[in-house]
Order: sequence, then structure tokens, then C-alpha cells
Amino acid sequence: MHYLARRLLTFPLILLGVSVLVFVSIRLIPGDAITAMLGTEAGMLTPDQRASLAVYFGIDQPVWSQYLRWLGGLFQGDLGVSTIYARPVFSIILERFPLTLELALLAMLIALCVGIPLGVLAATRNGRPSDLGVRLLAMLGQSTPSFVLGILIIFVLSVFFGVVPAMGMFTPLWQDPLANLSQLIFPAITLGFAFAASVTRISRSAMLDVLSEDYVRTARSKGVPALSVVWHHALPNALIPVVTLSGVEFGYLLGGAVIVEQIFALPGLGRLVLDAISQRDYALVQGCVLFIAFNFLVVNLLVDLAYAALDPRIRLGGR
Amino acid sequence: MIWTNSRKFAAGLAIATALSTTAIALPAQAATLRMAWSQDATGLDPHTQTAFSSLRLLELIYEPLVRLDTELNIVPAIASSWEFSADAKTLTFTLDPEASFSDGTKVTPADVKASFERVLDEATAAAARSNFLSIASIDTPDDATVVFNLSTADVPILAAMANINAAIVPGSAIAAGSIGTTALGSGPFVLDSWEPNAREVLSANPAWAGGDLAIDGINVTVLPDESAILASLRAGQIDFALINDPLIATLVPNEANLQLNRVGGLAYNVLQLNPSRPPMDNLKVRQAMSCAINRQEIIDAALVGEGVVTGPMTVPAFAQDPDTLFCYEQDVDRARALMEEAGMAEGFSATVIAATGEPPVAAAEAQVLQAQLAEIGVTLEIEMMELNVYVDTWLKGDFDMAVAQNGGRPDPYPMYNRYFTKDGNLLGVSNFVDDTLDSLMKQGQAETDPAKRVEIFHQFESHLAEQAPWLWLSTSFTYTAQLKTVTGFEPSPTGTLFGLTKVAIQ
Repeated sequence: MHYLARRLLTFPLILLGVSVLVFVSIRLIPGDAITAMLGTEAGMLTPDQRASLAVYFGIDQPVWSQYLRWLGGLFQGDLGVSTIYARPVFSIILERFPLTLELALLAMLIALCVGIPLGVLAATRNGRPSDLGVRLLAMLGQSTPSFVLGILIIFVLSVFFGVVPAMGMFTPLWQDPLANLSQLIFPAITLGFAFAASVTRISRSAMLDVLSEDYVRTARSKGVPALSVVWHHALPNALIPVVTLSGVEFGYLLGGAVIVEQIFALPGLGRLVLDAISQRDYALVQGCVLFIAFNFLVVNLLVDLAYAALDPRIRLGGR
Repeated sequence: MIWTNSRKFAAGLAIATALSTTAIALPAQAATLRMAWSQDATGLDPHTQTAFSSLRLLELIYEPLVRLDTELNIVPAIASSWEFSADAKTLTFTLDPEASFSDGTKVTPADVKASFERVLDEATAAAARSNFLSIASIDTPDDATVVFNLSTADVPILAAMANINAAIVPGSAIAAGSIGTTALGSGPFVLDSWEPNAREVLSANPAWAGGDLAIDGINVTVLPDESAILASLRAGQIDFALINDPLIATLVPNEANLQLNRVGGLAYNVLQLNPSRPPMDNLKVRQAMSCAINRQEIIDAALVGEGVVTGPMTVPAFAQDPDTLFCYEQDVDRARALMEEAGMAEGFSATVIAATGEPPVAAAEAQVLQAQLAEIGVTLEIEMMELNVYVDTWLKGDFDMAVAQNGGRPDPYPMYNRYFTKDGNLLGVSNFVDDTLDSLMKQGQAETDPAKRVEIFHQFESHLAEQAPWLWLSTSFTYTAQLKTVTGFEPSPTGTLFGLTKVAIQ
């Protein structure tokens, strides 16, 4: 637990660093909330009009003072107020997050359920046509951008079947599971396809490595059945790189799969950040990025803990 | 079959029941129009919002004193009638006694006065303020009359009042500071809920003075990808959509169940030259560029054919036939000769800025212009910018040339006064001062005779095209698409969705 405590202690420091970076970078982008709202009409404003808008958007102060004010609020659990939504940032994030979390989980579920068996299959049939087929599929999956697949799915569904996934809204799972699934399944497949391809490739190569290890040879020579060798002896160790990959990917997905959320018009975290950036809603951008960074840290921690569970040779606490 | 299987019978009964419930439920559902657009409103304050996407929503909720019909004539809204004094210095409105806000309170002359005072207050930061600077005072002699006393003759102010940026909001809401957080207007619809960048729910306003609506309300979904909008229409999941991308619009007529509404807009595509920078400060160079380009070819190649060649005037009532304007027919020989006269026979290099995706055809336009101008030795380097960056650069006038899509106005005065008169507040963008243009604008502002105004602005247009500070290219269309079950929509050149008040769903 020593290890866990140390990790948890570094969390606030990393988040502080992230907040400074976000704060500075969003303000380095040319254009401010005023031109974002008024567009070219901002040229019609008199200096007094502009000043009063700057007060409204909270950009009248120097950046460091804006940052200190924001940080002060943060310690009181206040991420600020969004100017587009006119509501507290944290409540907006909590509203959008379930969709993104569910989408990420679904995509990961698809990726693991497809990727691991395929990878193991390919590894045990190394060099045979079935291996080649899996590798081709994985290559295709990794090289197809998600927007191509997403648009293709929508196009095929609408042209040939006259249906499209219900876009633009989100029905929570507990409200109507069927409607929820019909909204999320296609975006999840879109995301899961590329993810599954990476999982396939990683689990295949990890499995090949493990299958040539001494302890596998020992198990085989003891007469353990081939299937049992693969699934019980080799797989847990082969899963370690898969867990690493999944952790990183899952972290990204929790940040919102921006393009897929855009194409399928899902009101998730990714679109929230994108809209916030284009409308220069500073408080919202800062809050979202901080939240995403926090998710990343938690996922990484879980990944490290999972290593220990999977491979007894790794002892986190006992260094 | 006498020996009816009871299970089959039960199943059949269930299906029949289900079908009949759907049949009964359908008309009630169909009375709400399901609409989609790709860009959502950015705020609810009608006085400070200027984005097209915001105006489209606010026009359904708020009302100005007067409004434009589909032919751009000024017609009653909150005001039932109005009159200019002979010297065009007093404008008197009589309000519609039926006009009331959606909470049932009547629209009073005090609300009108408070609204205009709010627009004129610099602290409000209303972008349309500059259109109303001639207002010296506002009188409210009785409970149906509002009198605007103007400091100078100002005929175009009436057209400026037909804009939602001059919407009448409740005086009580101004006092309470609630404009921008709650939308309380006197328009055809009430905003029940708004989830920014996701959806809006609007219901018919029973208190609307404009009459009854054939639909109960509108559910708006924000679908950021326009090919997804087309797919949703195709699948019948939405009834009506606003479309920006001409390429998507051209695909709509291929679908049997869909109808495209296409109307020429007031906004214009233009190549803005910066006459404060050499060699664009040389009239002959600017004219040479005007002669070198082929406007129809730009439309065909960059706008997938979706556009019409235009001169500076895009309002039909004021526009002349573009062929009568200076060098509107491509003439490369004349262009080369002009370049030679300017001492620029070997050409020059310049940078042209364009916004990414706004309009969707901006990059393609810049590329065609690049190719055409290369013919006379002008080498263009294209610099694409994110919209906010572009707007900032544009406002500073910090460019050699800019591919732009500028919004039009129903009256030429507010449309070009800001760019081409000495005290225009966008003079820093056009960088062009010309005495003739300046004096014609002033005449156009004071002239009350409509025929004489048209004549003045014809002169203005011819002179502007000849001076060529900018090269006007084309007007684009505004598009909406709908299922064929939707009837009665009237599109307008301003792009307003007010025509939805006439819509019925079959």
C-alpha cells in the first residue's frame, strides 16, 4: 500500500501541472471569446462595448490573476461557470460523462472480446493461412480511420436499410436499455474496430513470446494438454502488454472520442471539449481537460495494480 | 382455418393492438416538427448574438418591430403600422394591440423604448448598435405609439429594425438582468429547454399575435456532421434540416422522399484585396485582377455550380445586371495590358487568407483563384486559418488578400456603409476611402423616394466595381431540406426559418 499512497500523493501535483499547461495554451490560441461569439461583427464594437464584454467573459484581468482566481475556486470544489451554458462546469461534465464512459467501456468490451481470442488463435497457428487472415484484418482495422468507418456505417444503414442510429441525444442505460444500446452500439463498433485490431496484434506477438518461454516448455513436457497450456499457463502473462495497451486506449476514450462523437452527434465529453474550444469557453475547457487528466491518472494506477494481479513476479510494494 | 391456434390468435391480437395504438398515436407525434442543424446557437441574448446559428433560433422566439417578408419587403411584426415624417427625421410606430410576450403580458411602448435603450447602451455590447446611432430620443405618447426622433435623416434605419438584433424584449427582463439566461419573447415559439450543442425543445406560443400554428412545436437536434443530417432525413428520423454545405445540398434531390428548398441569399463570396498594401494600392493592378478572373468558372469548379455571379449589390431590388459592371467578362489580354501599364508586367506574389470550412467552399475558391490569377503572373500563396484566427486577422486588416463570405443586408446602406465610408467602423478591414462612394452613401441614407434610392445605389455599385477594392464573385444559396410530408415552408433570402410558422405535417 506504500506504493499506492505514493502514487496518490503525486496526483495533485500532476493535475496542477496540467492546469497550468491548459491555462496557458488555451490563451495562446489567437482569438478570444468575443470574436468567437460575434465573428466578424466584433469589428462593429466600440472600445467600451468590447471592455464590457471582456468583463462578462472574465478576460479583463491578466492571465495570472485569472489563473489564481480559478485555482482558488478549485480548492473549494468550484471549476467555474461555463459562459455558453451559464451553469457550473462540473455539473455539465457530470452530465456528459456517463455517455463517454459507457461508450469507452463498450468499445473496450468489443475490442477485448474480439481481439484476445483472435490474437491467441493467430499465435497458435503462426504462419498458417488463418494467422495471415487475422493479421490482414488487424492491419485493415488499424489503418482505417474511425471517421471513414463511422460515415460508412451511417451511409450503409441509411441507404440500404433506411435506418440510422438515433443521433443527437443520449438515453441513459437505466432509463431505456434498448434505446441506449441502439444509440451507442454503432459508435462503439466504430471505435472498437481499430481498438480490437491493436489488441489482436499485441496479444498475438505477446503470446508468441510467451509460448517460447521455458515454463511453457516445462508444462508441455509434463504432459499438460495443449489448450490448458495456452489458456492457463501462457495467457495470463501474455495479457500484460494487452493490459498496458488497453489502459492507454481506455484513457484516451475517456477523454471522449472526439471524431466519433462528432459524426454520430453524441453529446459526450469529446464534443463538449471541442465545442468549448471553438467557442473559447475557457472555464469549460479547463475543467474538462483537468477531468480527463484525472481519469487518465486513475486508469494508469489501475493498470499498474492489474500487473501485480496478473504476474506474481511483479511486486509493486516490495522494491 | 377453424381450429385457430390460440397462441397464434393471441400473438395476432397483440400485433393488431400494437398497430392500432401506433396508428392512434401517430398524428399527435407528427405535430411536432423534428429538425436538425449542424451549428447550434451560441447564446440567447438577441441583442448581442450575431452568429447565423443564433439568429436562426432567436427569430423563432423573439420579434422585432417590423420584419422582412420573403421578397424582402418590410411588413408588420410587433408594430402594425409606421410612418416617416417628410424630412425622414421622425419615425412613428403604432403597435399591434394583440402583441404580447409568451408569459401573457402585453408588449408596451415602454418595452420598445427599454429595448432600444439597451441596444444603444455601450455596456450591452450590442453589435447592431451602430445602425441606431441616429436615434436622438424615443417618445411614448400613449400605450400604442412609439416615436423615434432622429438626429439626421435616416431611411435605412427601418430596415435595420427588421433584424432580430433589434428585437423587443420585456423591460422587466432588462431590469432583472435575465436576458441571456431565459428567453421570453413575443415570437411564434417558446423555448422550453436548451441543451447547448445538443438540442432544443420549442413549443408553439399560444399568445403569439401572428395567428395559430399548424404544429405543436419543434424539437431541434444538433447533428454536427452534415452527411449525418442527410442520412437522418433519408431514414425519416427528422422532418426538416438546415443545410450549409452545397455539396450535401446537391445530394438531396436524389432522394425520392426528400425536397430541397433553395433560395438565393444576400451573403456574397468575395476576394478582398487590401488597397493599403502595394501593389494592390495601384488601381490598374486591381482592375487587372478583376479582368483576369472568370467568375462563372469559380462557381462551377469550387462551388459545385451552386451560386450566381454577383456585383456588389446582392439585394435583388438594388442589383444591376453584373454584365454591365466593369470587366465582368473575363478578358485576360486586357488584364495583361493593365498589368503592363501598372509596371507589373512580370507579376507579383501575395498571400491570400481563407477560413477552414467557413464557408465549406473557401479552400476550393482560393485554389481556383490561384490558378486563374497565375495567368497574369500573380502568384498567390494560400494560408488557411481556423475561423477565430481568421476573424481576428481579418478584423485587423492584416492580409494581402482574403477569401471571404460576408453577410448581406436587405438594404445597401447598412451593408456597405461600414466598409466604404470615411466613418465606417469596418474601414480598417476594407482600407479603402473614396469620395464618390462616401457621398453616394450619404445621399442614399437621406433619400426617401425609393426609385431615386435605387438610382443612387446603382451608381454606387458601378463605381465600386470599377475601383475594384474587392472582387465580388458570387452569391450562394441558402438551403433547407425536408421530408415531402412537410408542407408550407417559405424560404427567405435572409435564411430565416420564420417560414416554419406556415408549416404543416401530413
